[in-house]
Parts: sequence; structure tokens; C-alpha cells
Amino acid sequence: MSRPDGTAADLPAGLDAPVFAEPWQAEAFAMTVALHDKGLFSWSEWADALSAEVKKPGAAADGHDYYEHWLAALEGLLTSKGLAVKSDVDAMAQAWERAAHATPHGKPILLENDPGPTR
Amino acid sequence: MSHDHDHDNELDPFAARVRALETILSRKGLIDPAAIDVIVDTYETKIGPRNGARVVAKAWSDPAYADWLKRDATAAIESLSYTGRQGEHMQAVFNTGDTHNLVVCTLCSCYPWSVLGLPPVWYKAPPYRSRAVIDPRGVLAEFGLTLPATTRIRVWDSTAELRYLVVPMRPEGTEGWSEEQLAALVSRDAMIGTALAQEPQQAGEPA
Repeated sequence: MSRPDGTAADLPAGLDAPVFAEPWQAEAFAMTVALHDKGLFSWSEWADALSAEVKKPGAAADGHDYYEHWLAALEGLLTSKGLAVKSDVDAMAQAWERAAHATPHGKPILLENDPGPTR
Repeated sequence: MSHDHDHDNELDPFAARVRALETILSRKGLIDPAAIDVIVDTYETKIGPRNGARVVAKAWSDPAYADWLKRDATAAIESLSYTGRQGEHMQAVFNTGDTHNLVVCTLCSCYPWSVLGLPPVWYKAPPYRSRAVIDPRGVLAEFGLTLPATTRIRVWDSTAELRYLVVPMRPEGTEGWSEEQLAALVSRDAMIGTALAQEPQQAGEPA
């Protein structure tokens, strides 16, 4: 039975696309599971945080930004629990980006490679 | 973004933030990076829809197990060592000649990980989450599944506490099949409700 308006399917076509498009998505997922295992939040708290993120307007119809919402939810929950302060995460993320830049291509990116802020 | 990749590595901002969280949380002793790797490996390679297919095949083969699965899916599934990590309860919903079951999570992406692994991309995407409830028949048609107009479609909205496993109908012509043979007929989508169990004559053919 086709839909009355005859619109093309807007459900994503790739039925067997990999669940993680990039390694960071798997890591964000696994960190959440690990923190829950440690008892730092309940799974209901997590589901509430995630659903608040995914229902914000502008979520991509193809779901490609799902783990971006996941990461935002995790950061929000960690902040509200006092487990990670946003300014610390910002600073540490910048350190990782600088470290990546300073690492020759093909070598593992290590935080020790961060030359430090230029200012 | 037009970064020059000739010499330098780049971390995209999301990857950098994830690494930042890992660094901060492991320095606080809240996570162990080795444990993170184990979790990734488990969900990528060890837990998947084969678990759920074994549950379904057992229910098809063993009426006592089917009855247990109907009454207490959490315990019946745990008896096969498929244990949820989030303390969630499971409910098995059985398709019949009159009723087809379809599972969604309208809020986010709650999903029976222990039996199906991680959800496919479309399950987490807004169109499926919003339309499965409003227009289940139209959604099923887009998956290539057209049910008789007389078949009732029942939509189950998952939560963090309660997740659903669809038990499709056992295909005709599978009398005497082993549980292993039967499990091969049960796809992930059949256990979400966006497909039926494969017919025996389809089995073994390339999808």
C-alpha cells in the first residue's frame, strides 16, 4: 500500500549501513556504557538526556548526526553531574587538536605531542 | 572543510571532544581505556541479531519456552545468557495471523541491545521515529512489506526500562527444522517488525 501523497521514501535506504560511521562514535557509545556500568547515572537519566538532544530542531532526517547528539547528551550529563566541566573539556579538546596537528602523518596522535597554546 | 592533509593529522572536532572526555575521565579514574575497547569490540562483533534469532528459533521449536517468553521475556532471554546491561526489561510480542507488531522508540533510540546488537541507522533517524506511530502501514510499505488490509498493526514504543522483541510467525514448510536452521530465517528487521521471517525457499539465496 503506497502512501497517498506518493512521496518518495524518506526512510534511509542503507539497511545495513555500519552502526558506527567513525571510531569516535564507537568510543562515545562505549564511554557512556562504561560510565553507566560504574553507576554514575541510571539508564533512564541517560535516555532522558539523549531524547532531549535528538528532539531539538534540525536533526538530520538520515540520522547521520545521531552520535553528535549522543555526544552532546553525554557532555551535558557529565556537566550536570559535576564529572567534567565544560571549560576543561574545551581546553582538553583544543590540546588534542593541536597535538593532532603537530603529529606527523601516519604516526599515532598522542596528547604529549601538544606543543601548547600559542598565546 | 578544506583542511590541507599533506603533512598534519587532523582530528575533527567531535573526535577531539571524545578524546578530551576520555582523557579527563580516565585521569579521574572513572573510565578505563582498555574497558572502552572491550565494549566497542563486544558490540561490534559479539552481540548482534543472531542472539535474537536464537531466541525466536527456540520459541518456534519449544512451546514451553515460547510460553515462558510470552510471560517473562526478561528471564527467558537471560536463560540463554543474553543479559541486558541497562537493567531493562524485555517483552516479546508475537505476530499472529491477525496482528503484526512493529517496534520503535519515538523518544530516542531505546533498543533491545542484548538480543539485536546496536540499532541500524534508520531506527535512530527522525523519519522512522516519527512516522512509525502515525503511519505504520506506509512505513512498512517502504520496507517492501505490504500486509493484508485486515492485518492489525500494533506499534510498541520502547523506553529505557522496557524494550521489545518481535517474534515473527514461523514460516510454513519448516517442520522438522533444527533451531539452527530456523534461526537463519530470522533477520534483524523481522525482530523489529519491518520484515517477516524468510520463507524456506528464499533461505540460502543471496539477499
